[in-house]
Amino acid sequence: MAEYTLRLRRYSPETGEAPYWEDFQVDLDGHRSVLDGILQARDRTDGSIGIRCSCRAAICGSCGVRINGRPNLACHMHLDKATENAVDGIITVEPMGNMPVLKDLIVDMDAVHWKKIQRVTPWLLPDGPDPEREHIVAPESMIDVTQSMACIQCGACVSDCLSMEVDPLFIGPAALAKAYRFVGDPRDGQHYERLKDLAEDPHGIYDCTHCFNCIEACPKGVAPMSQIMRLRRIAGSDHEIDDRNNGHRHEQAFVKNIERNGLLHEADLLPDSYGGKFHPRAIPVLTGSLPAILKALQRGKVTPRKALLHSHKAGDDVKRIYKHVHDKEERYELNLYVAGEEDEPGDDAPQAGHADAAGSHLPEERSPNQ
Amino acid sequence: MPAHDVLIIGAGLAGQRAALAAAEAGATVAVMSKVHPVRSHSNAAAGGINAALNPEDSWESHAFDTVKGSDYLGDQDAIEIMCREAPGEVLWLEHRGVTFHRSPEGKLGTRAFGGASAARTYYVADITGQALLHVLYEQLMKVHAQVERYEEWFVTALVQDDEGDCCGAVARNIRDGSMELFSAKAVIQASGGAGQCFKPTTNALICTGDGIAQSFRIGAPLMDMEMIQYHPTTLAGNGILITEGARGEGAHLYNAAGERFMERYAPNKMELASRDVVSRSEQTEINEGRGFPDGTVALDITKVPRKRTLEALREIVNIGRDFAGVDITREPIHIKPGCHYIMGGVKTDVWGATDIPGLYAAGEVACVSVHGGNRLGANSLLDTLIFGRRSGEHAAQRAAGMGMPQAPEAELADERRAIARIIGRESGGRRISEIKDELGEMMNEKCAVFRTQEGLTEAQSTIVRLKEEASVAAIDDRGTVFNQDVLGAIELGYMLDVGECIVMGALERKESRGAQFRLDFPERNDDDWLKHITLSVNGGDVPTISYSPVTMTQWEPQERTY
Repeated sequence: MAEYTLRLRRYSPETGEAPYWEDFQVDLDGHRSVLDGILQARDRTDGSIGIRCSCRAAICGSCGVRINGRPNLACHMHLDKATENAVDGIITVEPMGNMPVLKDLIVDMDAVHWKKIQRVTPWLLPDGPDPEREHIVAPESMIDVTQSMACIQCGACVSDCLSMEVDPLFIGPAALAKAYRFVGDPRDGQHYERLKDLAEDPHGIYDCTHCFNCIEACPKGVAPMSQIMRLRRIAGSDHEIDDRNNGHRHEQAFVKNIERNGLLHEADLLPDSYGGKFHPRAIPVLTGSLPAILKALQRGKVTPRKALLHSHKAGDDVKRIYKHVHDKEERYELNLYVAGEEDEPGDDAPQAGHADAAGSHLPEERSPNQ
Repeated sequence: MPAHDVLIIGAGLAGQRAALAAAEAGATVAVMSKVHPVRSHSNAAAGGINAALNPEDSWESHAFDTVKGSDYLGDQDAIEIMCREAPGEVLWLEHRGVTFHRSPEGKLGTRAFGGASAARTYYVADITGQALLHVLYEQLMKVHAQVERYEEWFVTALVQDDEGDCCGAVARNIRDGSMELFSAKAVIQASGGAGQCFKPTTNALICTGDGIAQSFRIGAPLMDMEMIQYHPTTLAGNGILITEGARGEGAHLYNAAGERFMERYAPNKMELASRDVVSRSEQTEINEGRGFPDGTVALDITKVPRKRTLEALREIVNIGRDFAGVDITREPIHIKPGCHYIMGGVKTDVWGATDIPGLYAAGEVACVSVHGGNRLGANSLLDTLIFGRRSGEHAAQRAAGMGMPQAPEAELADERRAIARIIGRESGGRRISEIKDELGEMMNEKCAVFRTQEGLTEAQSTIVRLKEEASVAAIDDRGTVFNQDVLGAIELGYMLDVGECIVMGALERKESRGAQFRLDFPERNDDDWLKHITLSVNGGDVPTISYSPVTMTQWEPQERTY
């Protein structure tokens, strides 16, 4: 047993008071969870502490919170581990972000998370009537969508999505991972329609800025950003959806730009994203960005020489990477449920480590109750 | 006042399946749950769902395994229905989008499970319950025009009309504390089990027996309440479940001396004997000093190829790592039997109808009885879906033939007063959590794998005392928004009612059958006890005991060996 201090963000909408912090001392083994700590504080000291919780085993997705500023399930973080990352040894617990707080650690998931889930038509739309027996599908396809099926709708990724912070209308990581669950499912008959919809929406798949926050936040290894990138690849490459947000063309321009230059040549990227400097589509965009370009010149952020003449050319190593990727027959997809070779020594990393590297930890010692 | 043809309480698999079936039958439906539907405890069913879908398998074989697993206490007519309808239900789930595991040919693939004579368990990695629950919720979102969802509403009482028919419920909106009276032509209880009466338990914190107690309080008889399943593989201390899928995939059990002890108890089925048999064997090893010092035995999953474990048992890799600090692909994990499931519940017929007209029950809250003395692994998901659907259909049928009843307003006023009394309690009583912990630890000691007259009698008097203490337990939260404190006080009352019935049933059954093992009556006694024990309120302090025959169709009781 050890003493831990939990600093909880309290808020009661009925008192008219602003949110405040309150400290609670709890007495538990270090391998017990932050949720166990909060429940002990509620049981012994203050029954009015508000937190949703149920399974205590990271399955039900109720207890999403921020611990020391980072989103997680309260039941999925050990007290000793939380203390390691705590300032002055005090574990802070506050409600998730990007959603309104209802009371203490409880947020309004309906207003944000579930509304976004409903946005992606979250049910299977099969072609034609049900077959007499089961659908015959490749075993790998089911294992593949199981990664997004593993989502428990806890909201941790929504909490720390930077794009959503800037654009509250962004469909967001959880809902787009849910969308992949249908786009990746061979039984669904509306792949093109779903992708077209998500690509054309200005708050859709091209609104993600690759910040990786959702991948780090997810306690179940769903890797929402990876699912978003897969939606993009399928939309752009397989279905050739040329979206009005110019998302797909921008991605292609980026890839070509690096292939050619090795280092990003920014002056080319913008016009190339719109079809090249002299493409009619590019002219208004270039004209529109003139003030920004002039300001950058004025402040010395770029020189005309550097902006126009990019001396760097892609080296052999870059070419080798491109060749390697092009020559692959199948796209390389990282998937938690598609396991690696059997019994490689130290082979935790490829399948287990990729998605939940941030949250995973193998405590060195066995827990006392073992 | 909100009014719906069919009001469903609980939104796990049974409740959601009932809602979809009732809506399809044309009824207006409301589904109400104290948590968001995808938080329901159906999530925790990891291993899979049984169905004799393979052409070489037969529903009769599935039914016989279930009858034998039940130690012949299951009603065979109900078991036949469940097993016969299982294949169709699994296909229905597949068509709705469940991402079931496939064989190399792309057909539905199976895994082995305990007590079964064929591999007939269909699964999604080891998140089957979660996958089913989320897919049903997808369907519920799809039919939002026909099914009204009341998410985070807490039912405080069922209400009856002058004839005694169930005609609605009173519920509290957890978000703002408002109380509402709901009228309904039929009410389906689908609010799950009561594992929180025990500590530790594999059950979630929400499994507080609400529906069992609410139905009991308006006169619905409970049945087989003594039959509490202890799951063979739970983590010591916190009670977290390690799926039976692990043994289905080939994991072995060892005692501290490294003996594969199941050889002594079930030489044929070994680790895949019925759960009651495996749990009793483990407990015997532990009690006789062959366990580890922490009161456990070892589950060795390293027998399963690592690649297979990472693909098919992913969740327990995480659980081992996060909750026990063990890499299950490299070393054994220490486990013990732990409270897991209540076979008993509100007595129903094969359509989910209880003895109270208008009141149905389905899933763990109900006792049809398809599980009898012991439930087979992967039969619980099946039970929730088959009898959820059947009760939804039957309730819709009842609703089609009648006008909307008017639930009596006085009930609403009563419930409002009851809550105000709890919130207005003077301080000084024992803490709710203390009473709950005492109940749970006591039940886990006196009413567990092995039971005695003496222990159960003590349990009975302890519960009487705890009930008194609970009526004045301390309340800290006097607010209206998410007042979880007051809900905790109500849940404690439910748990004590259910706990009392469990103990009464266990005391009454003077034999050993299925999950009930009486050290003072160690043999099964078909002459005197091949019958259900039912309990119902009699207006007094103590529930009345009566008996109900076991329905036999084609399987005569035999000696049970694995």
